Amino acid sequence: MAAHLKKRVYEEFTKVVQQQQEEIATKKLRLTKPSKSAALHIDLCKATSPADALQYLLQFARKPVEAESVEGVVRILLEHYYKENDASVRLKIASLLGLLSKTTGFSPDCIMDDAINILQNEKSHQVLAQLLDTLLAIGMKLPENQVVQMRLVDVACKHLTDTSHGVRNKCLQLLGNLGSLEKSVVRDAEGLAARDVQKIIGDYFNDQDPRVRTAAIKAMLQLHERGLKLHQTIYNQACKLLSDDYEQVRSAAVRLIWVVSQLYPESIVPIPSSNEEIRLVDDAFGKICHMVSDGSWVVRVQAAKLLGSMEQVSSHFLEQTLDKKLMSDLRRKRTAHERAKELYSSGEFSSGRKWGDDAPKEEVDTGAVNLIESGACGAFVHGLEDEMYEVRIAAVEALCMLAQSSPAFAEKCLDFLVDMFNDEIEEVRLQSIHTMRKISNNITLREDQLDTVLAVLEDSSRDIREALHELLCCTNVSTKEGIHLALVELLKNLAKYPTDRDSIWKCLKFLGSRHPTLVLPLVPELLSTHPFFDTAEPDMDDPAYIAVLVLIFNAAKTCPTMPALFSDHTFRHYAYLRDSLSHLVPALRLPGRKLVSSTISPSIAPQEDPSQQFLQQSLERVYSLQHLDPQGAQELLELTIRDVQRLGELQSELAGVADFSATYLRCQLLLIKALQEKLWNVAAPLYLKQSDLASAAAKQILEETYKMEFMYSGVENKQVVIVHHMRLQAKALQLIVTARTTRGVDSLFGMCEKFLQEVDFFQRCFIADLPHLQDSFVDKLLDLMPRLMTSKPAEVVKILQNTLRQSTFLHLPLPEQIHKASATIIEPAGESDNPLRFTSGLVVALDVDATLEHVQDPQSTVKVQVLYPDGQAQMIHPKPADFRNPGPGRHRLITQVYLSHTAWTEPCQVEVRLLLAYNSSARIPKSPWTEGGEMAPQVEFSIEGTIPFSKPVKVYLMPKPARR
Amino acid sequence: MPEIRVTPLGAGQDVGRSCILVSIGGKNVMLDCGMHMGFNDDVDDELEIKAYYAGHVLGAAMFQIKVGSESVVYTGDYNMTPDRHLGAAWIDKCRPNLLITESTYATTIRDSKRCRERDFLKKVHETVERGGKVLIPVFALGRAQELCILLETFWERMNLKVPIYFSTGLTEKANHYYKLFITWTNQKIRKTFVQRNMFEFKHIKAFDRAFADNPGPMVVFATPGMLHAGQSLQIFRKWAGNEKNMVIMPGYCVQGTVGHKILSGQRKLEMEGRQVLEVRMQVEYMSFSAHADAKGIMQLVGQAEPQSVLLVHGEAKKMEFLKQKIEQEFRVSCYMPANGETVTLPTNPSIPVGISLGLLKREMAQVSLPEARRPRLLHGTLIMKDGNFRLVSSEQALKELGLAEHQLRFTCRVYLHDARKEQETALHVYSHLKSVLKDHCVQHLPDGSVTVESILIQAAAHSEDPSTKVLLVSWTYQDEELGSYLTALLKKGLPQVPS
Repeated sequence: MAAHLKKRVYEEFTKVVQQQQEEIATKKLRLTKPSKSAALHIDLCKATSPADALQYLLQFARKPVEAESVEGVVRILLEHYYKENDASVRLKIASLLGLLSKTTGFSPDCIMDDAINILQNEKSHQVLAQLLDTLLAIGMKLPENQVVQMRLVDVACKHLTDTSHGVRNKCLQLLGNLGSLEKSVVRDAEGLAARDVQKIIGDYFNDQDPRVRTAAIKAMLQLHERGLKLHQTIYNQACKLLSDDYEQVRSAAVRLIWVVSQLYPESIVPIPSSNEEIRLVDDAFGKICHMVSDGSWVVRVQAAKLLGSMEQVSSHFLEQTLDKKLMSDLRRKRTAHERAKELYSSGEFSSGRKWGDDAPKEEVDTGAVNLIESGACGAFVHGLEDEMYEVRIAAVEALCMLAQSSPAFAEKCLDFLVDMFNDEIEEVRLQSIHTMRKISNNITLREDQLDTVLAVLEDSSRDIREALHELLCCTNVSTKEGIHLALVELLKNLAKYPTDRDSIWKCLKFLGSRHPTLVLPLVPELLSTHPFFDTAEPDMDDPAYIAVLVLIFNAAKTCPTMPALFSDHTFRHYAYLRDSLSHLVPALRLPGRKLVSSTISPSIAPQEDPSQQFLQQSLERVYSLQHLDPQGAQELLELTIRDVQRLGELQSELAGVADFSATYLRCQLLLIKALQEKLWNVAAPLYLKQSDLASAAAKQILEETYKMEFMYSGVENKQVVIVHHMRLQAKALQLIVTARTTRGVDSLFGMCEKFLQEVDFFQRCFIADLPHLQDSFVDKLLDLMPRLMTSKPAEVVKILQNTLRQSTFLHLPLPEQIHKASATIIEPAGESDNPLRFTSGLVVALDVDATLEHVQDPQSTVKVQVLYPDGQAQMIHPKPADFRNPGPGRHRLITQVYLSHTAWTEPCQVEVRLLLAYNSSARIPKSPWTEGGEMAPQVEFSIEGTIPFSKPVKVYLMPKPARR
Repeated sequence: MPEIRVTPLGAGQDVGRSCILVSIGGKNVMLDCGMHMGFNDDVDDELEIKAYYAGHVLGAAMFQIKVGSESVVYTGDYNMTPDRHLGAAWIDKCRPNLLITESTYATTIRDSKRCRERDFLKKVHETVERGGKVLIPVFALGRAQELCILLETFWERMNLKVPIYFSTGLTEKANHYYKLFITWTNQKIRKTFVQRNMFEFKHIKAFDRAFADNPGPMVVFATPGMLHAGQSLQIFRKWAGNEKNMVIMPGYCVQGTVGHKILSGQRKLEMEGRQVLEVRMQVEYMSFSAHADAKGIMQLVGQAEPQSVLLVHGEAKKMEFLKQKIEQEFRVSCYMPANGETVTLPTNPSIPVGISLGLLKREMAQVSLPEARRPRLLHGTLIMKDGNFRLVSSEQALKELGLAEHQLRFTCRVYLHDARKEQETALHVYSHLKSVLKDHCVQHLPDGSVTVESILIQAAAHSEDPSTKVLLVSWTYQDEELGSYLTALLKKGLPQVPS
């Protein structure tokens, strides 16, 4: 039972795959299939009852039909259609006809006549509707054929008067999709008058059935999408539909109004019951705003979303959306926002609220109060306070879009956005923080607003905090108190959540560089310097102190007077940080400090060029290896690898390139070492032990090449060729090592054949790049190919060995932008001494939280691996929704991993790590030789191998035996 | 004349009390008689009751009472702005004859809830960070839960560890009901229910008297809400002397209570036994009210689209303002009776009539475009039998009632100047009609008469004047329209034929 349960849990939540060697694909036999239509015909004739026939049709529908046999199948279906008395079977046939006519490569005009024919004699409304659907499918398949479309539109118009709403629905849908766009082009010659589709559809806005009304509006929208310019007269019709009883109608009508408002923004419409006139877009804006307080939340969401894209609206109307007049006992009251603003401008900090602080002031003229706001008034106030979070999110998004296009509005909506930071739903909070970031160019935060924003820094959700850090990166602060407040809160945040360290430092970097003049007066206080006394030197490793320094140094970059305020140890700390955290601490010009500047000067303005040059040069040196003796070559390689790796550590920008090149060099080193083995000098293939090194090298080179190919983002085709070439060499090495160490020819025979296939594969894939591979291993091999094909394995091995030794070392062109994928598991932290206890056979959920950098398409490549102490390994595919994308090149994986095991006697540690799954055949562009299309999709999803790319984390686990 | 009569017995132009008598469709319904929640579900066959979500407290509902086609909606207390634990009141477009709504805040438009919540949380947070204690006097139901959820989620979000206590007694029982009726709460609580019940508080624990003397910060919810007696007052007396502490009054305080005194700024309180208590702690006021404001009331009226509105639960002066607004905006009549005063509303109940499907389909087939909003004329026979009405085709009616059909024909003579023979005149008439009435079936019968559909036209010679021909036109009353059109047409004369 327990095992069953476990299995079920796994099935429901994640896909767990036991890691195993993939088997070599077996060859399939293909049998010629019997004709589809014939089989169907036989089946249908066999059917004794409608239910039977229906079953056959259902079975038939599960398999795809080739384009060439579609017509035959259609004929058979039609034949049965005429004979069939049961409506449900006819319905199924009609739907099958529609499906079949969608088959790619089949032109459905030949079955149109039949379809129209059976339509005319059909009595059942449901079948009629289905047939119209089929006609729609046919019409959509033939977008170029005007005559067909005209005929279909004609048919649709005839059936518009049907009593069933389903039929009318389909007719309208057909009209919307196929109705001719040019108005009344005379086509009497063909016997079909073009109709004014817009008018016909418009007539159905008043249909008695709400579903038909909805369909009519949707058809109209469809016409618009197809490029027909809708008449402005529709606007009035649509406005009437806004007060419809049914939410679908209202929702569609809102969209239609929006469309018309975008088409005729500047037209003038009269305001009812007055002589005034306003622009159409303003009127529409008002109407849509009104729908934000509709009774149905579906409509509210729709309305709120559309508001965001109405940028042409007048600013007067726009500002009304945030307006809400308060009153108490008929006396005017100020909103909390207004009060906060006043307090701020009067120079006072918000005092505690007193009884009567918000006491109403002046009397309100009872006649002037407008309780039901006509138009735009307070739309966003309502939207942001809505009961459903979907509406609130939509409103926040709309605010964002409108604020981006209007700086004045951005300033106004700030108070409301800040309020949203305290929403009860995390998604809404996150969305509003993002919104604020997007409009931050247009705004400057007031101190009281900043205060509210900063309060959210204590949020326990990392997403929220990080979003807030990003926001602070690009916020404008107006006062030095503001900066101080921000720093204090960020430090508080740092103390509470030490894992936020990097994010906070980065945030302070930008805060400093944006507000140098505001930081300047704070420097003495922040560094706690004293005019007379020397103060104690702070601890250099304290993250909080580093945070303060990051702020100050970044401000000092554009503020030359600031370094004068530094004390001696600050300069020393600068030198240290400039070296260790070079991405956060900028280069500073520090005049008059001889002592410091002399030690610092070499690293002060490190130009990118020298290090780049250095890298280039050391690599160049290696590529001239051919002329060196093997011993010298090895030494040079070892030295260069060391240099390049160190360079990567120092220069974070070059880390990717350096690492990539070092890996390549290491492969070459391994290859040279392997070929130097004594093994080769011994004649007899008996020395099993000594081959260990060589075969291990081959294996390692293979692994490294996979890493090179899949762990780096930005690898181009020219690098891939080199990497594949290296892999080929490794495989050759593997082959000759095996030949040396095994007896018998049988296994060797297979290996040889496989290797030759790979060479062939290589040639086909990289045929365009072959000219660049002069003198290389593969170049020589291809020359010898005819000989290899006919030789015996022993011969092949000999040739390979020689070629391998003689071939030159290929030059690896450096890619422009290359980054190594990396992952850090934040949670589980692996420090807990308390084992996770659970009953054996059941599952325990482990929260995994990790950051991924430079991973392309993590949804399909990143896997979680769990290694149990008994050596059992489990690979878990996280759900695509578990990945978030907080910034370019960065991803965050938050998922739950289900662990289970049989009972243990004592707690043990399991290892959790992240893997990067790869499949080498998926990367290669599809070429015609891959047989048929059937294999391709499977290949893409299959996993060829995995590369661990995070440090493993240990989790203490204790499955207890189940109690009886 | 059918009517609805409403007599408020306690709630007319008055806030504290309640109870309204409604007679509708011959039934008497007593609304809000004494109990707050709960309802006399003494419902008979013809009385329908439908409840809508009201969002005032857990389980609060608005009721639609319906007899036949007459209906009344009684709102009770409701709240149109969602809060931390309940959703907003909602009603469909039920178009009742009468909407009886509360109007406590008839002249108030409130600020957004968010500012208030933020202020509240900030105050509490700051005080506990300073190491102070926070006392929040509440009543058992409603606001207590809202504030609990508010603090609980805030504690959760901000990872705070300071204890929150909840004074025992009625509140615990109330919380129990909140746990049970999760489906009646707001979206957030309903959604998180899958993981955990939000009312299974993580941070809020039951209060014990001894805890009040514990050192360190804490937050305590204590009853009653106006600090006039009981536990909240006891705790208040213990904590009042320390300026680090804070008391937050989340609601209205009646005059004379300690709550009212401290809110109006009194710093020295005389307690029983002539003790003087000096209040050094901070005193804050936050209005968390769960009634609809003027805007909310208008919104509800707009959603329900009633034919008339009746205001209860409010002060006469404030009601007057709202009444005027409702009449102006929605153009419906609005009433605000005092206690004991009866309002009588005449109603126009619609009378349902069954129509036979055959007749309906026949009529539908005649028009190409069925238009929903436009009234249409329809021929049929209304049968009233056993207290219900049916509309059937006349043939069926005759059959059902066993009556013979009488034919009613109109005949008309039209004089034409035509010197030709009768047959020729008939032929002439035939060709003329054929050319004019293209849509109708015009026939020339062998006996010399002409028929248009079922209308018969015969030509005869005038007995006195041979140059004048008499056309006899005869039609049944069903064809009245076509018949009169034809005679008018013929009276204009025939076109001159070149002969």
